[in-house]
Amino acid sequence: MRRSTKGLVPFAAVATMSLLCALQPAAAQKSTADGIAEYREMLQDGNPAELFEMKGEELWKQKRGPKNASMERCDLGKGPGVVKGVFVELPRYFADTSKVQDLESRLLTCMETLQGLDAKKIAATPFGKDEQKNMEGLVAWISAESKGLKFNLSQAHPQEKQMYEVGKRMFYMRGGPHDFACATCHAADDKRIRLQDLPNLTKNPGAAAGFGAWPAYRVSSGELWSMQRRLNDCFRQQRFPYPGYASDATIALGVFLGVNGKGGEATAPSIKR
Amino acid sequence: MQKRNHWLPVLGVASSLIVLGCASVDSSADIDKLTQQIVTASFRDQGIAKVDRLKQDESNAACSAADVAGKPIDAKLSAKIEADNLKTVQWPAGGKFVGDWKEGEKLAQNGRGMTWTDKIGDANGGNCYNCHQISKQEISFGTLGPSLYNYGKIRGITDPNSPEAKAIVEYTWGKIWNAKAYNACSGMPRFGHEKILTEKQVQDLLALLVDPNSPVNK
Repeated sequence: MRRSTKGLVPFAAVATMSLLCALQPAAAQKSTADGIAEYREMLQDGNPAELFEMKGEELWKQKRGPKNASMERCDLGKGPGVVKGVFVELPRYFADTSKVQDLESRLLTCMETLQGLDAKKIAATPFGKDEQKNMEGLVAWISAESKGLKFNLSQAHPQEKQMYEVGKRMFYMRGGPHDFACATCHAADDKRIRLQDLPNLTKNPGAAAGFGAWPAYRVSSGELWSMQRRLNDCFRQQRFPYPGYASDATIALGVFLGVNGKGGEATAPSIKR
Repeated sequence: MQKRNHWLPVLGVASSLIVLGCASVDSSADIDKLTQQIVTASFRDQGIAKVDRLKQDESNAACSAADVAGKPIDAKLSAKIEADNLKTVQWPAGGKFVGDWKEGEKLAQNGRGMTWTDKIGDANGGNCYNCHQISKQEISFGTLGPSLYNYGKIRGITDPNSPEAKAIVEYTWGKIWNAKAYNACSGMPRFGHEKILTEKQVQDLLALLVDPNSPVNK
């Protein structure tokens, strides 16, 4: 956790300073959170996530894998090849796999069935390496195609309801040497760790703001983090063991957060410190 | 490497269980069981973070269930959990409660330890500033827990080793050692009980809170 807080003080100082320089004296009364929000807005102008988006669009259309096929027939929930609007409806139930899938587990299915790539191998690849780098591009582009749309996850299928309930239990599951659950930090309004504001993920606006901002470009590491990677690092900081990439535990949590965020706006891929 | 891939085939089993379980509206017990299956199938060991960390003791299981239900934990159960946790508190050898507040401040600043990127033997921090205001000098503090600024002063401690201070010093020790001894569903880690911190480290943290010379009480 030190890693995440270490850079914060100088960062907050920069944000506050730029506020002091740019605005009327009265505006200096603004909170640190306002300062950070403004700083993010300034960064948003040149969000490097756009580079990942461009790569993702190319990858979608590119013929790849043993079957030399593109992803253009991939069904992300709104029919083969439809990308716009899918992000705000995921995770959802898919009849062909009989499973509730999030964006990344669904992409694995398409990469395997359409392109003949090895989904298990990709899932076992460390973040930021090999085929996982391609995944970064794909999730950046696909999420960007839903930017500004409102989250509207289906709860019509029994398995979607089931996964919401499982996700809720995951969210409140206290464990590890510190007895932490997701809820320890993300179940109340206006809390923070050090100076980092914590969204309340049990309802809006926190649920949509928290869930709807990932994937995001991380300035601190110069990488694009998917939702799976974000959850993975949460579990690390929780002192939990390692969640499998695209595992049902992570998908269930995604359903819980996404449904709680219903009506909130997708801002992914956003930019984070 | 084999271990890394282990969860994927298991996942198939978990999803077929979902299909079997969804004939009608599921009972809460069915969902609890399914959650257990999904947890088992989804997590694996990594570094020092082993899957046995997911096994809940009575306090964690009861408090998680209460959170899921959106209701406070039953009062009787809560009292039992607190009594059981209080029994586990190890009091300091030789009755020495108060250590060095300067070391305590370092521990309070340190948020490291016990993640899968930490190694065996890495010193653990107390993570205190992540959740608490403590000294006035440190403005980067969290708000998940109450402010501890002036902790000893507010409680009238002028000499932490005096008989007058004994009760509050003992309570503070117990709270750091096992927070659930006083609040069954506390969000605070059980630093002594879970072997996150050593007896000496707890002494130093205690000093930070109660020593009149500590910046906490200035």
